[in-house]
Amino acid sequence: MFTPEMMESVKKVEATRDKRMGMEPRRMTADEKDALLKAFHPDYKDAAFETIKIGPNKGQKAPAELVHLLHSNSRLTKEKIDLQKIDYDVDVLVIGGGGAGASAAIEAHEAGADVMIVTKLRIGDANTMMAEGGIQAADKENDSPAQHYLDAYGGGHFAARPELLRRLVMEAPDAIQWLNQLGVMFDKDETGRMITTHGGGTSRKRMHACKDYTGAEIMRTLRDEVINRQIPVAEFTSAVELIKDETGQIAGAVLLNMETDDYLVARAKTVIIATGGAGRMHYQGFPTSNHYGATADGLILGYRAGVPLLYQDTIQYHPTGVAYPSQIFGALVTEKVRSLGAMLVNRDGEAFMHPLETRDVAAASIIRECSERGKGVTTPIGSGVWLDTPMIERIGGEGTIEKRIPAMLRMYLNYGIDMRKLPILVYPTLHYQNGGLEIGGDGFTKGIHNLLVAGEAVGGIHGRNRLMGNSLLDIIVFGRNAGKAAAKKAKDTKLGKMNLDHIGEYARMLEEAGIDTHDQSPLLLPKYARHER
Amino acid sequence: MENMVNVYFFGKKYRVPADLTIMTAMEYAGYTLKRGCGCRHGFCGACATIYRIKGKNELKTCLACQTQVEAGMYVASIPFFPTDKRTYEINEIRPDQRVMMELYPEIYSCIGCNACTKACTQDLNVMQYIAYAQRGEFEKCAEESFDCVSCGCCSVRCPAGISHPMVGLLARRLTGKYIAPESEHLKKRVEEIHEGRYDDLIEQIMQKPIEEMKELYNTREIEK
Repeated sequence: MFTPEMMESVKKVEATRDKRMGMEPRRMTADEKDALLKAFHPDYKDAAFETIKIGPNKGQKAPAELVHLLHSNSRLTKEKIDLQKIDYDVDVLVIGGGGAGASAAIEAHEAGADVMIVTKLRIGDANTMMAEGGIQAADKENDSPAQHYLDAYGGGHFAARPELLRRLVMEAPDAIQWLNQLGVMFDKDETGRMITTHGGGTSRKRMHACKDYTGAEIMRTLRDEVINRQIPVAEFTSAVELIKDETGQIAGAVLLNMETDDYLVARAKTVIIATGGAGRMHYQGFPTSNHYGATADGLILGYRAGVPLLYQDTIQYHPTGVAYPSQIFGALVTEKVRSLGAMLVNRDGEAFMHPLETRDVAAASIIRECSERGKGVTTPIGSGVWLDTPMIERIGGEGTIEKRIPAMLRMYLNYGIDMRKLPILVYPTLHYQNGGLEIGGDGFTKGIHNLLVAGEAVGGIHGRNRLMGNSLLDIIVFGRNAGKAAAKKAKDTKLGKMNLDHIGEYARMLEEAGIDTHDQSPLLLPKYARHER
Repeated sequence: MENMVNVYFFGKKYRVPADLTIMTAMEYAGYTLKRGCGCRHGFCGACATIYRIKGKNELKTCLACQTQVEAGMYVASIPFFPTDKRTYEINEIRPDQRVMMELYPEIYSCIGCNACTKACTQDLNVMQYIAYAQRGEFEKCAEESFDCVSCGCCSVRCPAGISHPMVGLLARRLTGKYIAPESEHLKKRVEEIHEGRYDDLIEQIMQKPIEEMKELYNTREIEK
């Protein structure tokens, strides 16, 4: 339950609720948004960034924690790995068992390829499983892929790669249909019409959902399909380096059994990096809405192999992470809560912004409210602003919360907070890696013709900010595409003799630059265990 | 001084802050988790846990990431449970009662003990959704089981050896694919795109100079 001080503020929220019902706060102008972001968005906090000193993005900025990993040593520098002893030999190796990896594997299998998935936790232990709010697709009469393009392009500050964004919006309806035909239960009315809502920054209601378990419903269906197809999945098996051959193409990956610490060798004609995001790096000390394994592994593997990063300096902080209670600090409060009508309200009960600004703007606005303006609500562990959830029941009728956002209701009820009756307290949480490895419109990396990237590990699809519902979409669109493309490419790829020369080369570059972090990367798992000595 | 409690992980005593979850308390105690830890926010079901408060008879199940520690808690995490998923070809099955009989016949051995419902970490009426599955009422089964995170606590406690999460999943896939009405607007839009109806529009917008795009974006009409 809330502290007495917080309850005092709740009274002010309740006192202004009647007046706020039915009014729509003004949206910010483009100039106001720019100024706000520069002053308060964490991406503009220079001290939190460092310069990458070696490799394709030498001289560019990235979050200090990511630079540290890029500057760290391969786990294999001092290991003798016998590449002649091959444990797995496949056409397509998918690294990562989330939504992108599973979609890729299904499509590669459908195309007749011999495909396998390796994943460091279990298949489905991924950010996909935790995506709550929805998935975008322009499939209604008043909407079009071009409108979707405009929303995403503007929301991403006009920085998305056009050829990637084109694929995202043009293949969106097909992605929804594919999922539906696999058995994903989308929210529909009795005639079959999709129930769609707004997300922050959308100009049309194109957010499709499965209650607030959208990602979970998609992921468990994809996982079920992978198992039905008997696609091999090596769980608790991480990829620690890519393997090349003498022509410089990718030839597989060195794997690590997370439980026995044994190394394994997978040979593959094509490799898909689908390793997801980086929330568990806790950039700038933020809590995260991400799963346990979100440690940017694929970025490290790809970068060492020579693939450039794009927009590695832009991170998405979801405006509404849990600010209280401490047990769920940083957990995601889906944007759908605002889509359904809940307003963002400060300590004095004032609606200080339009609830459906884009995520970067909303996050910066909440940070401003809690810092410069001093209108945040103080909690035992920090501060936050109210998300006035009882408004949802007023707008949609009693029972709307239980029906449309049951996961949120359950999460708070666990700690004695009934969000139908009381507002909830939120603060930005580290949510998404906007940047990642650079790919072309065909899904392949620049420079390495048989290496693909899909999902959150890709940079450039969304630009410098991502709209709600475009990530579940991108893992499906780019995951499927990668699977098909990899299967095709595998047919005309002949592998030579495998080597890890690029690891040695990278080590030499580090040495020449005088860098030694005394650490190893990829990180694989965050270091959460407390040790007294 | 923080409020501390004694808890027992696999029978071994640790003193931990009382406001932690079971998962963060294990990490406080020094455990590096590999199994039994996934999304950490109650969606993936990786952290199925069984516990008993010292001196009490009742055996409880929970998700370690969503449950606060209590004094005297004896905790055992369930790193893996051999849930029995049967494989099928989704395009070849149909939503009739026979499917369940063929794939999950053990649901008809349910003795009605309700241990599954009591064990559910999501407070779902598990026995009820199994009953719906027995009767071939897949839509009801799908709805009732929708919030399942497949932690498997129900199956751990079931004397009939039923893999409840798998039964619910099958019912949901059947419902999503076959029972829920088709979306005509979706079908139509997919066809239009395949026919190339939006190719010109998308090309046009992709070719526009940035300044024009900014203008378009900042003045676009937003659906009420």
